[in-house]
Amino acid sequence: MRFHLSEEQTAIQAAVRGTLADCWPMDRLHTFADGADDFDPASWNALMALGLGGILLPDSGMGLLDAALVSEVAGEAAAPGPLIGQLLTVAAVARSGNAAARAHLDALVAATTVAALALGNSPYVQSARAAQVFLVGSRETGLALVEAGAGVTIEPVKPTDRSRPVSRVTFDGAVRHELFAAGDPMAAQICDAALVLIAADSLGGALHCTDISVAYAKEREQFGQPIGQFQGLKHQLAQMALDAEPARALVWYAAYAHDAALDDAPRAAAMAKAHLCDVYVRSTRAAIAAHGGIGYTWEYGLNYWFRRAAFNRAWLGSPAEHRARAADLAGW
Amino acid sequence: MDLSYGAEAEAFRAEVRRFLVDSWQPGERRGGDLKEFIRTFRRNATDRGYLYRSIPKRYGGSEQPVDVIRAQVIREEFGRARAPMEVGGNGMNMTVPTLLEKGTDEQRELFIRATVEGDYIWGQGYSEPGSGSDLASVRTKGELSADGTRWIINGQKIWTSQGMQSTHMFMLVRTEPDAAKHDGITYLLIDLDQPGITRRPIRQMTGEEGANTFCEYFFDNAETPVSWQVGARGQGWYVSRTTLKHERASIGSADGLGNQFKKLVELAQETGRIGDPQVRDSLVRIEGFVQSHRYTSFRLFSCAAAGEDAGSVQLMMKLYLTEIGHEMAQLAQDLIGEHAFIEPAGAGGRGPRGARGPEKWMDQIMGSLGNSIAGGTTNIQRNIIGERGLGLPRDLAMSAEK
Repeated sequence: MRFHLSEEQTAIQAAVRGTLADCWPMDRLHTFADGADDFDPASWNALMALGLGGILLPDSGMGLLDAALVSEVAGEAAAPGPLIGQLLTVAAVARSGNAAARAHLDALVAATTVAALALGNSPYVQSARAAQVFLVGSRETGLALVEAGAGVTIEPVKPTDRSRPVSRVTFDGAVRHELFAAGDPMAAQICDAALVLIAADSLGGALHCTDISVAYAKEREQFGQPIGQFQGLKHQLAQMALDAEPARALVWYAAYAHDAALDDAPRAAAMAKAHLCDVYVRSTRAAIAAHGGIGYTWEYGLNYWFRRAAFNRAWLGSPAEHRARAADLAGW
Repeated sequence: MDLSYGAEAEAFRAEVRRFLVDSWQPGERRGGDLKEFIRTFRRNATDRGYLYRSIPKRYGGSEQPVDVIRAQVIREEFGRARAPMEVGGNGMNMTVPTLLEKGTDEQRELFIRATVEGDYIWGQGYSEPGSGSDLASVRTKGELSADGTRWIINGQKIWTSQGMQSTHMFMLVRTEPDAAKHDGITYLLIDLDQPGITRRPIRQMTGEEGANTFCEYFFDNAETPVSWQVGARGQGWYVSRTTLKHERASIGSADGLGNQFKKLVELAQETGRIGDPQVRDSLVRIEGFVQSHRYTSFRLFSCAAAGEDAGSVQLMMKLYLTEIGHEMAQLAQDLIGEHAFIEPAGAGGRGPRGARGPEKWMDQIMGSLGNSIAGGTTNIQRNIIGERGLGLPRDLAMSAEK
């Protein structure tokens, strides 16, 4: 019986965290946020040099839990790039028999071919202009790999989430490789995995907001004492920790259930997505309130996590939609 | 990660199961017969190393090496067979660990076996009228008798659970009125069967009263031998820290919460509200917390099994549980509707009562408020999380004292 992280898993997180600390400091995030790009090659290459692209290969010896741990750290750092799309596209292509799609696999694992997630009916796709392929479809209709180029129209928009800018994308007659037909359970599994990875990104963001609020409350003085000594704020910070830290195990369980192919894996994914996206929004709101005026400025940067929380919440279904699914899946 | 317990644990499970099939056959026994049967059963289970694992053999325990997986298997199998485990209550949770850590050999000999066998039932003598969260403000007075052999105790204690059944009490009394607040307290054990002690049940907001409720105690020249003092004179506050720690560790069973949530779903079904989208949404929202609590308990369990520190999350479990209870109470109140007009039979109590309808949820609805107070109030829990968990500076009023 083991339900906490192994040394290897802790080391993976530390490696990703260290890499992002080097290649994605706040001033890079600021520059990126005010720029027109939807992709940052330097940080992408640095991250992918760690070998993250192959985590979800069937024979990697790793699984969705490890991918979720990486996604958590990416959320912590508000990292750019279609990380979730890349990992899931590798997972889907590697499990498909479509030779034309599989021809992309090596480059996808190396992340020299960038893959963006275009699941569901939403036209909004992260890093769409950088993507060479798109993972499209849904749990009901099956999944396909679509190649960028003719038949793919990309219209940039001014994005709310500045760390992972989206464009509006339409597919009409693009080159398309079927991965899983409608009704193939693998399509649903990949969609469930996406929910878990979004939940993990949200967990990382929520924990980050809590951590920096606590750190600020220890430094910032008012009325001659650190503000973290005032019980009002101390209790708000305790509440933030209480909201985020126990929810970590909900993400772990959803990822573990997926890897172990437990019966409740689809429901656990829905629960984790709904719960963590709520937690993330609450945490970012509480963090800005805890900081006061500085938290409301652009330059302090908290707004990037707030914006990312807004994106995650609506991405691939709102908490309410996933709660409704979870109620159905429980047979209530 | 792997939620299976492993082959060794499963072999052990089979062994425990065989023992239970052979030994836990209470049949139609009732009353004294059943009591004697349970006593023998517990003794046999202890001989096999299943119960009282952390207690030395000389005091009636089985003295087993720490093995949280085995302990969990035992809990599961005894639970499945509905077999009695260790006697519960303050004695096992607080008195015994404190004596093992801080007691004299004489005290261990005198009290541990009798507690383990259920003959001594312990009341907690910490809270006093007016002491609230400032526990070290105790005013109940202890003075040495003229010959220096006995403590003479005067004052009042309150909120003693199992108070009507208790045979003994562990208590904090002020023995050095001139010393600093925390350094003037002594930790005493006392026999409650004596003329200087009066007890009275407290009638709670739930309506609960009588044999199973909290009590208040009045001490009027009550006495206890000096040899029943645990730790040094004036050091009682620090002795009591052991027991509070044990109390926290024993609050918060994830299975209990899960069962309560299942009953909440059943309530929604019974009341015909399960199809209501708002109710479904509320249920799943609450379940997100219930499951977070459950899987965090796995995490804590797993860390304990590996001898690793789980960190600040362990400080959060009591408050987390409390808050989930409040959420459930609010949804339950919505679901029971006009059933809330009827006071449930045996309201709040633990005694026998007949079949009850949805109105029984009034017990949980009111009882959830008790959880915000007992065992460290919610605001004290927030201080603990903030200060010990997050490392925020201590409150000035409290840090000035200690």
